[in-house]
Amino acid sequence: MTITVKFFASLREEVGHHELQFNIDNSLTIEEIWSKACGKMPLPPHILMAINMQYVDKTALVNIGDEVAFFPPVTGG
Amino acid sequence: MIHMDDTQLLRYSRQILLPQIDISGQQQLCQARVLIIGVGGLGSPVALYLAAAGVGYLTLVDFDQVDLTNLQRQIIYTTDQLNYDKTHAAKEKLHALNPTINIITYNEKLTAETLAMQVKIADLIIDCSDNFVTRFQLNKICVAQRKPLISGAAVGFEGQISVFLLNQTTSPCYHCLYEEAKDTDESCNQTGVIAPLVGIIGSMQATEAIKILLNIGKSLCGKLLILNALTLQWRTLKLNQDPNCPVCGTLSLTC
Repeated sequence: MTITVKFFASLREEVGHHELQFNIDNSLTIEEIWSKACGKMPLPPHILMAINMQYVDKTALVNIGDEVAFFPPVTGG
Repeated sequence: MIHMDDTQLLRYSRQILLPQIDISGQQQLCQARVLIIGVGGLGSPVALYLAAAGVGYLTLVDFDQVDLTNLQRQIIYTTDQLNYDKTHAAKEKLHALNPTINIITYNEKLTAETLAMQVKIADLIIDCSDNFVTRFQLNKICVAQRKPLISGAAVGFEGQISVFLLNQTTSPCYHCLYEEAKDTDESCNQTGVIAPLVGIIGSMQATEAIKILLNIGKSLCGKLLILNALTLQWRTLKLNQDPNCPVCGTLSLTC
């Protein structure tokens, strides 16, 4: 029933977590997972999201046992 | 194929020795045309390595001048070049490194037409820019012209690199990765960047460029590499073409 949510780079400070684990009863979109993990903080623009190391968009479904990862955008050069 | 004289054979001997490159590969490199957008932290190692490797035609685009705050990481420039136009300062250094290559410079923000023309005559394009606006514009042009695009980015301790082989209809494009939205750039100006990080990502962009120019190995296309320099951990994300991508999705329908 557990999923793992990981936050990378500057998101760790913004969200206040490196990694969270929590239970879900049924599949949720990754955007819903963000809300569950981060409360009122809206999903930042340009954020990168992955389920089980596969890049996905915010409508992708997260299932029990999945690893969800959020990465901040990087544009510097 | 162009003829290489003895000094060129000697100059490039350490890569001619590689069976994947050999003399014919070196000849290909000597005739290749690469467009580098942005000559900053990433563009510095990209331009230096490709010049050293003998890529015959490098076009450098950057509107900026060399600033004291650049020298911590933009290793193509030296203190005596402060306030020089970046592309001219870079050309001086690259010609000192390898006088046998051709370097074309644009020290300005290119119009869409000029950028499209430069993409058209290039064999591949390397995005070393520092903002989403340029990245999206360049991606659109590369998709339209089906040119390979190597995209790198770095800020803080975080680096990213991917390759978009837009000459192949199954390749994702930069827009499949990042949705176009109001600009929220996290740039080095505001957040800082650790110097060797741009060297790591830029050197990988140069490696991918040589591989793609010579059609050897397996490129990063379909993958996004994310580096956390604080832990030196890499994450590899699989990246598929977005069938609904407004930039490349329609192209794939017409093929």
